[in-house]
Amino acid sequence: MEWIALANPSRFLGLAERLLPWLVGATALAFAAGLYAAFFVAPEDYQQGQTVRIMFIHVPGAWLGMLGWAIMSVAALGTLVWRHPLADVAQKTAAPLGAAFTFVCLITGALWGRPMWGTYWVWDARLTSVLVLFLMYLGLIALWRAIEDPSRAARAAAVLTLVGAINLPIIKFSVDWWNTLHQPASLLRLGTPTIHPAILVPLLIMVVAFTLLFFTLYVSAMRNEILRRRVRTLRLLQAQAARGF
Amino acid sequence: MNLGPYAAFIVAAYSLTLAVVAVLIAWVLLDYRAQQKILADLEARGMARRSEVSR
Amino acid sequence: MTALAALLVRDMRLAVRVGGGALMGVLFFLLVVTMVPFGVGPDLKLLARIGPAILWIGALLATLFGLDRLLAADHDDGSLDLILMSRAPLELAVATKAIAHWLTTGLPLVIAAPLLGIFLNIDGPAIAVVALALLVGTPALTFIGLIGAALAVALERGGLLLPVLVLPLTVPVLVFGISAGDAAMAHAAPFGPAFLILVALTLMSVVVGPFAAAAVLRHGLD
Repeated sequence: MEWIALANPSRFLGLAERLLPWLVGATALAFAAGLYAAFFVAPEDYQQGQTVRIMFIHVPGAWLGMLGWAIMSVAALGTLVWRHPLADVAQKTAAPLGAAFTFVCLITGALWGRPMWGTYWVWDARLTSVLVLFLMYLGLIALWRAIEDPSRAARAAAVLTLVGAINLPIIKFSVDWWNTLHQPASLLRLGTPTIHPAILVPLLIMVVAFTLLFFTLYVSAMRNEILRRRVRTLRLLQAQAARGF
Repeated sequence: MNLGPYAAFIVAAYSLTLAVVAVLIAWVLLDYRAQQKILADLEARGMARRSEVSR
Repeated sequence: MTALAALLVRDMRLAVRVGGGALMGVLFFLLVVTMVPFGVGPDLKLLARIGPAILWIGALLATLFGLDRLLAADHDDGSLDLILMSRAPLELAVATKAIAHWLTTGLPLVIAAPLLGIFLNIDGPAIAVVALALLVGTPALTFIGLIGAALAVALERGGLLLPVLVLPLTVPVLVFGISAGDAAMAHAAPFGPAFLILVALTLMSVVVGPFAAAAVLRHGLD
């Protein structure tokens, strides 16, 4: 089957039906392995003690936040350049998922920060960049909801997504700069914990597990969005029929 | 197992993540059921997409 | 007179007319700068320390609130359709409008900044540095705002959505603009790198802004 065939929403629905059970199973297995590894295999960190376990959620959250925007950017190209019908759906559904995991990253970062640095929020470069990313997600979702026609919304959102994609590295760079400017020579140890294999492997398993979870939710949500658009089409037809067209 | 003096933070982090994931799963499932129901309803009323009518 | 020059002159004339809103930006700027001491207290040392930041944030907000003048008004009275149909490339047309907008909204802010700097107890050389940074950076704010203005046209009721979309994109300009403006102060980093990056950001936005805005107007306005 060529990739282009996937652009047909009905074909995609069929594919989704077949894929989902496997995705759900793989996700469950990966989490079982990951959680076991996170709690029973990974040792205490000598600096942070047990709180390093929070990293096993925080890092996947950050990764998924970025992955979400990357997926939306590729889909945005599909919308603007090739006008794939499925690209609109792919764009729209990634946004709330990416936003949710970015939110998880922020909150777990705060909960990690309190024992580590003594304060819930710290304007360090990484957390601040993630905060800006989260705000951009929210703005994008607001834009989606503000335009009634789905294809117009998709095209406007596509431009904003691509502009955002260009800006994200620049924002990260500027936040890094800003942070080093204002960081007094302090005792805060903000470096990443040195990652030894005993911690790295569970972390990677958790990243894989979270990614599988993302894709399970993503495929399901895309299916829902396709159905939602069908409903909209049918309702429009219904309204036309009622007027006697 | 002993989660150390900051156990509450670890538990909070994992619980919150679980809650967010649960909300996402619920959203996906409930939305699916809702759309299926509406589609079935519209179908019962005789509306169908062109590609299905021609079967 | 070429079409683009005519567009520039038209926009500038409209801006300074009654209801045009050009000098409203400066008035808003003045009010914001006045409000901050009410918030943080009249301590002159503190105001001098945060002065450049206040000026920048004031300029940012004044630019933001003036953005609906950029495209929405033309959309409402139909001139945007004429611009879309004209032979001038859409990217150049919106860039021209952005230039006109900056000349009538951004540039007055830059001119007002030294006076407001006195209110904030920023000393002489520092005021010059801040004003220079604003001169170079406010076009970036306008051209980034152009993207938001185009998106707002595609929406029926924009409301606060425009600022929400534009603000994250202006973070780099703010960071480097204030960093350059702070340079004359004791605690700050040197002027050169921040200023050069600010120039780079402005140049980038002058290119990306019109292309993105034109794409939104073309695709989003069926």
